[in-house]
Amino acid sequence: MDSRTILAELPRLRRYARAMLGDRAAADDLVQDTLERAWSRFAQWRPGSDLRAWLFGIMHNLRVDQLRRGALSTLSLDEEADDVPTRATQTDRLEMMDIEAALRQLPDEQREVLLLVALEEMSYAEVAAALGIPAGTVMSRLARGRERLRVIMAGRQSSPNLRVVR
Amino acid sequence: MNPLKMTEDDLQAYVDDALTAARRGEVEAWLAGHPEDAERVAAYRAQKLALKALFDPVLEEPLPDHWSALTVQPLNATVEGKKWPKFKFPVLQRLAAGVLVATLGGIGGWLAHDRYPGGQTMARLVPLPQQAAVAHVVYSPDARRPVEVTADQEEALVKWLSKRLGTPVKPPKLGGLGYELVGGRLLPGNSGPVAQFMYQDASGQRMTLYVTTENAGKPETGFRFAREGEINVFYWVEGKFGYALSAGIAKGELAKVATAVYDQLDGK
Repeated sequence: MDSRTILAELPRLRRYARAMLGDRAAADDLVQDTLERAWSRFAQWRPGSDLRAWLFGIMHNLRVDQLRRGALSTLSLDEEADDVPTRATQTDRLEMMDIEAALRQLPDEQREVLLLVALEEMSYAEVAAALGIPAGTVMSRLARGRERLRVIMAGRQSSPNLRVVR
Repeated sequence: MNPLKMTEDDLQAYVDDALTAARRGEVEAWLAGHPEDAERVAAYRAQKLALKALFDPVLEEPLPDHWSALTVQPLNATVEGKKWPKFKFPVLQRLAAGVLVATLGGIGGWLAHDRYPGGQTMARLVPLPQQAAVAHVVYSPDARRPVEVTADQEEALVKWLSKRLGTPVKPPKLGGLGYELVGGRLLPGNSGPVAQFMYQDASGQRMTLYVTTENAGKPETGFRFAREGEINVFYWVEGKFGYALSAGIAKGELAKVATAVYDQLDGK
């Protein structure tokens, strides 16, 4: 674990945190906290193992811990729901805003798996290792998350073809 | 049209290009005959593209200057690592000491109630989440004897608790969420026995499921949330059962487990 290899992981950690939290400042704070904790757990790092998966795993656990601390004040189950992220204009802005808003409506556990697969292009086994969950759970969360996202998006377009979720 | 068996996992793996070429061909052939699923798969692929388009620009943003310092091992790295358990445990102990008093009061009240049946209930009826949280805080820090019957005798545990509660109860399986059954015990509730199942994850974090049958006749409730000191509790009433899941973990995380518990018990 040296500076250069860690540095190389930062943009990805940052992208994932941004997608997970929506809020830029909160996401950057999470990346920073992840690195700090990684160093404090340095003894647990097994040289030769997957650094990326390890860091994503730390970020996941940290987020769980932060939500715990945050729970001191009242917060709803989907506490990011009210976050309105600001973002540079995209070509297809409406659709972008749409998928981002829809993403916020997924439960954490589904959003997490979906993003690790979609953005990080992790294999299912890597996702399972990073989150410390069985491969079967990865698959079911992925399937549920994707379907939920699809239904939300379909609902927004008020498509007459809206199907009932299986 | 195609006799091949197709699973949801195959379709997901197809979306992620995680199939062998041969299998991909089979999935494609299958999708040709299943337009609804083909449409669904196309939507999932579109999601992936949209998510990448939305968040990939983050990769290009310049990193904050002060982050470079974070890529170097800090001098106090090992000291940092030791801070954790040190600060965590006394808090729990203090809390446990505090609620132990509350529990003893509760047990005393229950005994008194038993001794003077029919009279005015002397013990204040303790609400379900509070009972559960107190039981959690009292027993979960116990390193040597957190449960009366351990998980390796699960069958005996189930038999015993079912008999004492007068109705079948069994612990849900939460291994998929990282929580393994440690065991269970019998506890006094407001008017009779209740069961407590204890779980633990790989880091030693404990979680307890409190099951009472004292809620017969009470209206069913959806998920409710309560917070007792450091302990978060999700509780609900279903049929004659009252359930409360307690742990000193984030509400969101606990909600996930509570949902899983609910689903499993619901499936019974």
